[in-house]
Amino acid sequence: MITVEGLTRKYGSFTAVDNVSFVCQPGRVTGFLGPNGAGKTTTMRVMVGLTPPTSGRATIGGHLYQHIPNPGRHVGVLLDASAQHGGRTGREVLEIGARTMGLPSSRVDEMLEMVSLTSGEAKRRLRNYSLGMKQRLGIAHALLGDPSVLILDEPANGLDPAGIRWMRGLLKGYAERGGTVLLSSHLLHEVEQIADEMILIGNGRIVAQGDKKTLLAGDATTASTLVTALDNQVLADALAAKGIAVTGAGEGLRVDAATVDVGRVAAENAIVLTDLRAAEGGLEDLFLALTAETQREAVV
Amino acid sequence: MVADAHHLGHAIDISSTSPTPFWRLVRVELRKSYDTRAGFWLLAVIGLIVLAAEIIVLAVVTTQDESIALGDFVAVAAFLTSFLLPVLGIMVLTTEWSQRTAMVTFALEPRRPLVIAAKALVGVLLTLATVAVSIVIGAVCNALYGVIEGSADWTFGWSDFWAFLLTQVLAMLGGFALAALLLNTPAAIVVFFVYKWVLPGLFELGAQLVGWFGDLRPWLDFQSAQNAIWEWSSSGEDWANLVVSGVVWLGLPLAFGIWRVLRAEVK
Amino acid sequence: MSTPTAAASVPTLDVSGTAPTPFSRLVTTELRKTWDTRAGSWLLISTAALTGLVMVIQLIVAVAQDLELTYNDFLTSTNFSIALLLPVIGILLLTSEWSQRTAMVTFSLEPRRPRVIAAKLAVGVALAVVAVVVALVLALVCNLVYGALSDFAVEWDVSVLQTLSFVLFQVVGMLTGFAFAALLLSSPAAIVLFMVYSFVLPTIFGIGAALIGWFEDLQPWIDFADAQTPLIDASMTGEDWAQFAVSGFIWLVIPLAIGLWRVLRAEVK
Ligand SMILES: Nc1ncnc2c1ncn2[C@@H]1O[C@H](COP(=O)(O)OP(=O)(O)OP(=O)(O)O)[C@@H](O)[C@H]1O
Ligand SMILES: [Mg+2]
Repeated sequence: MITVEGLTRKYGSFTAVDNVSFVCQPGRVTGFLGPNGAGKTTTMRVMVGLTPPTSGRATIGGHLYQHIPNPGRHVGVLLDASAQHGGRTGREVLEIGARTMGLPSSRVDEMLEMVSLTSGEAKRRLRNYSLGMKQRLGIAHALLGDPSVLILDEPANGLDPAGIRWMRGLLKGYAERGGTVLLSSHLLHEVEQIADEMILIGNGRIVAQGDKKTLLAGDATTASTLVTALDNQVLADALAAKGIAVTGAGEGLRVDAATVDVGRVAAENAIVLTDLRAAEGGLEDLFLALTAETQREAVV
Repeated sequence: MVADAHHLGHAIDISSTSPTPFWRLVRVELRKSYDTRAGFWLLAVIGLIVLAAEIIVLAVVTTQDESIALGDFVAVAAFLTSFLLPVLGIMVLTTEWSQRTAMVTFALEPRRPLVIAAKALVGVLLTLATVAVSIVIGAVCNALYGVIEGSADWTFGWSDFWAFLLTQVLAMLGGFALAALLLNTPAAIVVFFVYKWVLPGLFELGAQLVGWFGDLRPWLDFQSAQNAIWEWSSSGEDWANLVVSGVVWLGLPLAFGIWRVLRAEVK
Repeated sequence: MSTPTAAASVPTLDVSGTAPTPFSRLVTTELRKTWDTRAGSWLLISTAALTGLVMVIQLIVAVAQDLELTYNDFLTSTNFSIALLLPVIGILLLTSEWSQRTAMVTFSLEPRRPRVIAAKLAVGVALAVVAVVVALVLALVCNLVYGALSDFAVEWDVSVLQTLSFVLFQVVGMLTGFAFAALLLSSPAAIVLFMVYSFVLPTIFGIGAALIGWFEDLQPWIDFADAQTPLIDASMTGEDWAQFAVSGFIWLVIPLAIGLWRVLRAEVK
């Protein structure tokens, strides 16, 4: 539904986005990941016509954003929740959006309820909103026109745990009903749970893309497994014999290999396992490995 | 380390930290006045406008064979800076609010009056710089006039210099006071121009129409009262008028504005 | 795994059933944005209040001092109120989208930027007309009260032509502010430019005309504020209109055109 073709954006001699191409399919949540300053926001801004591209283009459902009539009804956009007039009340912000899109005021109440902003909070001015409240209002604004495509820049920014869980369910439901969702985030754990597809970007270039399973499995060098056996020592020796590195981790072992390899070693040696799972941070390791050259901090 | 912290009973040891000295605040505020694009251009535009005006004046007087003195060049500069400097005085203060940097500023120096004082001082310093630049530009133009016309008139006394300096500082502070009162850039600029260009006309009209207002006017009209400075008036009443109207237009808004800033919730 | 080469299979968005945002709706939302913030509503309220205040003071002074006033004198007093504040309204209409960063949301809901600007312009004109109506009514009331309180006869020196030129005068003032705002996209810069244009420039033009012969002939063609003065008492002649058009082109059309070109190309941040 969202197609980005050879997109480049330069600021003087600096290339913020460098020949980026990808597709976000309907029915899928696509995660957009990359270190600070990688070019995620810039790419999204080009998608919605706020930043003119230097070359290449981005289309949504086959159209340039500028050519979509009443775009709020088709594409929900949240780029920066604090980019609103500080003097307007939260309700008024949505009211203006609804009026531009030609929606009844009742839609505003629905949205306020959906993002759990009380009517008292909706009457406050945006200047007096907390970070998370602004974010909720921004999400409500993006969903106002009941769009089929969502473009969200760090939507979880400032949300409390309940809010993050609510948003996860919301976006999953959206995609299941056939919607297209593109979201950027640094919360890898979050993205890992929500996203079906991932696009990794570093220094303006795409370093990897694909669905989560392929990406994680394909990168065997960084795969890591947590395993617990009835006798950990036996397992550790068996793995070491195969040249696989093992370290102790709490009750069990941390193994630098995919779960399938660990399972195979256990089966070959008739070792009983009580727990076998991919180590948390599989995506984190992948992310850090793929973006290593573009990271600000040296990866250890 | 941990044991040490326990030993100290979690107290923060501030005995070896000295409070931020005032001159450091002034230096920081001075830097803030030109390190943004808006700030830099405001200063640059003031200089460029003065330069352009002086060149036009020079071109006009030489082509029309008029005579001119250094004092006249300076007067042209004074006319222009008298409404550009107040805008500077306004922006020095209001950008903290419009750009929401006051949050950081007051978090780093909670003694707000010191911050305001530092800003006022920065305004004065920039005014002095503007005055110096204006006089230099005026002198260069006057010298050019001398080269072109054969002789130049360097009439410009020390009293003119001090009057120029003082009136410009007062003008800048007028903008600063309105800014402190309103804490909003557009509002302060509009009110300033009304005060500067509309009010004198209204005062004049009022004085002509209403008898008692004519007597009251000198005590309210800060701008006419400043003529006392240019003329180095010997009348005590002129200076009394200046002080009283100055309290009305500078003292009161500044006092009320500072009172407001001290109590304001900074967002 | 999705690849960018699969573009042909990418489903398209069916936009055939969506009507584009009609212009009228853009205008109503833009109108709403002028008063739904505290700053905006105060600006409108103070404009109306100042207009009334100036007229009432004028009325009190006239009655107390036994001066002879006409309906038109009351209207002319708006030089100190709406003639000053309408352009500021015109400026903030546009620049507040930038200073408050709402342009990001506005232009993502309606990417056809010229229409948004046109809607703002329409709102500005509408506000100018409303302001004029308010001023006319206030002047009417003041003149009635004046007739009742003073010894002079009430004089209604009013005509359709006069009223129309008054409307044009105020609308042009608003548009000038708007054009400066489009050119500079910054509230303080646009307001200072407008104030310089309306207060400082006439003085400078005057001095120039007094000193330089050819400038005196040129001045009427480049001094827009001066070209508008015959509008106030509806005494425009053919040459006045020509000068109005030429100076208006310089001060209104050129900044507006450059400004629009800039807004259309600007990266909205
Ligand atoms: N107008 C501009 N002029 C110069 N450089 C710019 C401009 N806008 C963006 N950039 C640069 O482009 C790069 C990409 O910025 P972008 O906001 O897209 O990063 P990001 O991936 O969203 O980062 P983050 O994760 O921190 O949000 C940055 O280096 C930024 O400084
Ligand atoms: Mg970003």
